[in-house]
Amino acid sequence: MSYAAGVDVGSTQTKAVIVDRHAEIVGRSLISTGADVVAAAQRAYDLALEEAGVEAGRVGGVIGTGYGRYKVEFGDTQVTEIVCHARGAAKMFPGTRTVLDMGGQDTKAIRVQPGGEVIDFCMNDKCAAGTGRFLQSAAAALELHLDQLGPTALRGKRPVEITTTCTVFAESEVLSWLSRGRKVEDILAGVHHSIASRSFGLLKRVGIEDEITFTGGVTRNAAMVAVLEEILGSRLNVSEDSHYMGALGAALFARERASGAATPAGAGGEVA
Amino acid sequence: MSIAAGVDIGSTHTKAALLVDGQLAGTAIRRTGFRLEEAARETLEEACSVVAVRPEDIEYLTTTGYGRNRIAERDLQVTDLTAQAWGTRRFFPATRTVLDVGGQTMKALRLDDVGRVVSFRLNDKCAAGTGAFLEKTARYLGHPVEEIGDVAADAAEAVPISGVCAVFAESEVINHVSQGRRAPEILRGAMESLVEKSVRLMKRVGLEPEFTLVGGIMRFPTMVEVMRRDLAQDVNVPVGELVQFTGAIGAAVLSAYRLEQAGGAPAARIA
Repeated sequence: MSYAAGVDVGSTQTKAVIVDRHAEIVGRSLISTGADVVAAAQRAYDLALEEAGVEAGRVGGVIGTGYGRYKVEFGDTQVTEIVCHARGAAKMFPGTRTVLDMGGQDTKAIRVQPGGEVIDFCMNDKCAAGTGRFLQSAAAALELHLDQLGPTALRGKRPVEITTTCTVFAESEVLSWLSRGRKVEDILAGVHHSIASRSFGLLKRVGIEDEITFTGGVTRNAAMVAVLEEILGSRLNVSEDSHYMGALGAALFARERASGAATPAGAGGEVA
Repeated sequence: MSIAAGVDIGSTHTKAALLVDGQLAGTAIRRTGFRLEEAARETLEEACSVVAVRPEDIEYLTTTGYGRNRIAERDLQVTDLTAQAWGTRRFFPATRTVLDVGGQTMKALRLDDVGRVVSFRLNDKCAAGTGAFLEKTARYLGHPVEEIGDVAADAAEAVPISGVCAVFAESEVINHVSQGRRAPEILRGAMESLVEKSVRLMKRVGLEPEFTLVGGIMRFPTMVEVMRRDLAQDVNVPVGELVQFTGAIGAAVLSAYRLEQAGGAPAARIA
């Protein structure tokens, strides 16, 4: 066997990564999860294979992760996204001791050992506040595309103070700031601050140790990276592939599993 | 003739009520939007037009709700709690526990035998226990708010929906829909989870009968039926659209009371 794959089925997006025998990424894909989760997993996998120019028959192992990991019907086994993000982060940034994963509906702070083994983690399992979803609500209220949020927020000089906790109410708070005449960039800067300070709270609960690696879909947002770095007083490891970190971790486990190594302890365990 | 008014500027809807000689004479409701003063003025004008009086004839105006301090013409402003205490006792004088579910808040109040608020608990941080949760679920299922009652009444059973977070609930709803569950059962499930949250909040102020339930979603008979079942108690609910007006009416009753105290007007009947 020469290749291994990881498929990360998130609440909002599904990511797939193909790695070669040297554990290097050779193919990746990113699609919306939508309602048909099984189909999304298959399509993401097919697209990543296509990008890599690899036949499915040459893939020695596939592992599913993310909230829809049991819907990866062609996978060999499942590993929780916590373990996968930690593994991916440690591969990409070997100095990683803390991981912040910010996705569409959840944010997780994970403390890891050298090598990427999880020591402790903390996540928002009761509430969508402080997740990518908050950004989505703000984007909807302001009629902006998600990709426009970061660049716009970076221009904000006087961030408004967002007092809403709940994502559902965020939309009306954003509109009420607008009706009070505040600039879109200041409102968005406030939204980013609010999310970042919630993440900071999560990180403090697991203990913050350098280096901190930022993973998940929100890593593409430059304003979030900047605000987090300001609050943390520390640089964040971020790369173009940070969005694929969970899928990468899954692919690395698949690669080890195919070559006979044991899958990590508790890897199939249930994490809400 | 004494003309007393109350306006309840809520996060989602603004309601106005007019009492003429102590009797409820007119009500009006509209979405609050972002111009609170305008919402208050328009609902008051509309409530006045029902009984052919002019807004300038209003002798006393009490405001309540989240926008209560933004209305310059007010004679008095009171919290939602005070207004609900006066409003619910106007309809049900033996009320001891009130549940008020609004668009963005949920409140439980306990009153003493003369209607003073002795304890209250409130949720204004989380949409999971509010009307917004039900509205969002209905919208996702393709039904406008007005249809919630009819749709839920058609349910044979309830699909379990966790009441933890309205955003997470939406993913659950998506899953249920893709598994072929019907809208009535899903909506009924959302109501059950909302009721569970309501009862938990009410327990924190003490469950003392009589119970009076108010707020827009109490218009839906299924909602009241589930509340009655979970409380294992009978409940009072103001008739029809009045469930939405108890805050405004309570404010108007207070206005009438103040007028009566001032002695200028004929005695207003206070519950």
